[in-house]
Amino acid sequence: MKIIVLVKYVPDIEAGYRFNSARRLDRTGEGLLNQLDEYPLEEARRLALELGAEVVALTMGPDEAEEAARRALQMGADRAVHVLDDALEGSDAVATSLVLAAAIGALGGADLILCGAGSADSTTSLIPVQLAARLQIPALTGAASLTVSNQVATIRRDQDTRSLELTAPLPALVSVTDKANEPAYPSAKAVMLARKKPVAVLDLEELEVDPAAVGPGAAKVTVMEIEPVPPRAGGQVLEADSDDVVAAFVSLLQANALI
Amino acid sequence: MSEILTLLDDPAADQERLALAGTLGVAVGVRVVGGAELIARPGTVARALAHLVADRPVAAVILPAGLFGAEVGSLLALVLGSAVITDVIAIGRDLTATKAIMAGTARSRARVSASPAIFTVQAGIDVAPSGAPAEVVEIAPDSAEISEARVEVKGVAERTALGNRPDLLSANIIVSAGRGAGPDLSAIEELADALGAAVGGSRAAVDAGWVDPSLQVGQTGKTVSPKLYVAAGISGAIQHQAGMRGSALIVAVNEDPDAPIFEVADLGIVGDLAEVLPAAAAAVRGL
Ligand SMILES: Cc1cc2nc3c(=O)[nH]c(=O)nc-3n(C[C@H](O)[C@H](O)[C@H](O)COP(=O)(O)OP(=O)(O)OC[C@H]3O[C@@H](n4cnc5c(N)ncnc54)[C@H](O)[C@@H]3O)c2cc1C
Ligand SMILES: Cc1cc2nc3c(=O)[nH]c(=O)nc-3n(C[C@H](O)[C@H](O)[C@H](O)COP(=O)(O)OP(=O)(O)OC[C@H]3O[C@@H](n4cnc5c(N)ncnc54)[C@H](O)[C@@H]3O)c2cc1C
Repeated sequence: MKIIVLVKYVPDIEAGYRFNSARRLDRTGEGLLNQLDEYPLEEARRLALELGAEVVALTMGPDEAEEAARRALQMGADRAVHVLDDALEGSDAVATSLVLAAAIGALGGADLILCGAGSADSTTSLIPVQLAARLQIPALTGAASLTVSNQVATIRRDQDTRSLELTAPLPALVSVTDKANEPAYPSAKAVMLARKKPVAVLDLEELEVDPAAVGPGAAKVTVMEIEPVPPRAGGQVLEADSDDVVAAFVSLLQANALI
Repeated sequence: MSEILTLLDDPAADQERLALAGTLGVAVGVRVVGGAELIARPGTVARALAHLVADRPVAAVILPAGLFGAEVGSLLALVLGSAVITDVIAIGRDLTATKAIMAGTARSRARVSASPAIFTVQAGIDVAPSGAPAEVVEIAPDSAEISEARVEVKGVAERTALGNRPDLLSANIIVSAGRGAGPDLSAIEELADALGAAVGGSRAAVDAGWVDPSLQVGQTGKTVSPKLYVAAGISGAIQHQAGMRGSALIVAVNEDPDAPIFEVADLGIVGDLAEVLPAAAAAVRGL
C-alpha cells in the first residue's frame, strides 16, 4: 500500500508575517509545517504500522518548504517530494491543485491520499476536492476519524446536528481534521533517522505543467488591499476578590443594553 | 439586470445571504433537493449550478461558508474556469469581497477576475433585511458524478447540541467554556441561562467531551461575532482568538493573570470561575 500525505509550509503567524508590494504573502519568512497537516501525517503513520504502507510526503512551495517536508519525515513519512519552481509563486487554488495532481501522477498515484483540513494562512479548504476531481477518485472530507480495511476507507464526518459515516473504495482522498488524533511529538531517534531520508525536488518541466497555467498570471483572484486588524486594546482587569467585579460586569451589560 | 445565485441551506443565514445578493443584483435562491448523501456530492451540486449559470445572466454565486459550501465553490470554479473567495464577511457593489485572513489578524479585499464570481459567505453578516421575496429555483441532481457516486453514506447519527439555547452564530451573547471550566459546566450554564446566552467552547473543552463539536469556537470551529463573548477558563490561544476576536465586547474570567485572553478582553476578571460566574448570574437574575 502507498499513502501520499500533502503538507504545506505556512508562515508562522505568531512570529509575524509580511505581504509584498504585490499584496502576496511573503512565503520566505519564518514558517513551519501547517499544523493541520500533522493530523493526516499521524493517520498515515498509524495506518502504515497497521497495514504496512510506504508514506510519501508531498509539498509545493518555496525553498523554505523543505522544512515542512523534513518535519513530515520526522513524523513518520518514508520519503518526501518537493515541487519547487519560481513560476509557482502567487498561484491560486486551481493552479495549486493542478500542480499537486501532476506531482501525484508523476509519483505513480497512491492507494490513499491524505490532506489536512485547511492551511493556517488561508484555510480555504479548496484543495482536497479539486485534487480528487482531477485524479478522478472519490473524496472523503472532514474526517473526524478514519479506518481502512479491505480496500475501503471509512470516515466519520461531524455536521452541526448529526454525524455521518461515509465510505469509499480505494484509491481515495481523505481530508483529516484535528479531531482525528493527537499527533505524537517526534522522538530524538525519529529526528535523527529523518536526516537520512530523501527529499526529491521536482520542477514544472519535469511535471509537464505549463508555467502559464500557474502563478499570478493565471490566478483569478486579485487582491486589492490588505489591512492589519488593529489589535484589540485590553481593558480593565480586576481581581475577583474585590467587590467591584460583579458590579463592573453588570454595568458593562447595562451600558451596552445587553440586559 | 444580472442575477446573483444564492445556495440555500439554513433558514436564518439564507435570509441574510439573499438580502446581500439583493444589494448586488437580482437575488435568486437555489434549493438543492436530496438526502444525507448530498454532503458527499459537492461536484454533482456544482455541475447542476453550472447548468443554471449557462442558462441565466449570472454575475455571482453565493454559497454558505463551511466545508460543503467551499467544496461546491471549489468544484464550480474548476468547471467554470473561475475562482472562489471563501469566508467572506462583506461584498461591495463592484463585487469586491472582504474577508479575515491570517487567523483574524488582517483583512483583505479581493475580487474574482472571471465571471461569474464565486463566494462563500459567513453567517451573521451585517446586512439590512430585504423585504422582497426572492425567486427560488429547485435543482435535483439525479445522477452523481462517477467518482462521487462511490462515496456511500453508511450511517447517520443525529446529535442535539442546542437544547433550548440560541444558535451560536445568531446569539447576542455567548458564554464559552475552556479547559478550566469542566468537567462540570454548571457555572457556565447558570450564567448562560441568566443571560439567555448561547454556550460555546474551546477545542480543549470539545476534545474533553464537555461541549458538542458544533459549538467549538476558533480556527477549526466557528467564527462568531456576538455583542458579548464571555471566555471562562480559556487561555486565549491564537487559534481560539481567530474565532472570537471580532466580538463587540469580550469578558474573560481566568485565574491566571498572565493568560493571553486578557490582552483582548474589555473586562478581565482574575479568579476562580466557579465563584465568579454564579455570583454574576445571581446579580443578573436580581435585576
Ligand atoms: C491570506 C490568503 C487568503 C487566500 N484566500 C484565497 C481565496 O479566498 N481563494 C483562493 O482561490 N485562493 C486564496 N488564497 C490562495 C491559496 O492560499 C492558494 O490558492 C493555495 O494554493 C491553496 O489554498 P489553501 O492553502 O487555502 O489550501 P487548503 O485547501 O485550505 O488546504 C487543504 C490541504 O491541502 C493541502 N495543500 C494545500 N496547499 C498545499 C501545498 N502548497 N502543498 C502541499 N499540500 C497543500 C494540505 O494538505 C492542506 O492541509 C489565499 C492566500 C492567502 C495567503
Ligand atoms: C491546528 C490547530 C487548530 C486549532 N483550532 C482551535 C479552535 O478552533 N479553537 C480552540 O479553542 N482551540 C484550537 N486549537 C487549540 C489551541 O491551540 C489551544 O490549545 C486551546 O484553545 C486551549 O483551550 P483552553 O484555552 O480551553 O485550554 P488551556 O489553554 O489549557 O487554558 C485553560 C485556562 O483555564 C484557566 N483556568 C483553569 N482553571 C480555572 C478556574 N477554576 N477558573 C478560572 N480559570 C481557570 C487556566 O488558567 C488556563 O488559562 C487549535 C490548535 C491547533 C494546533
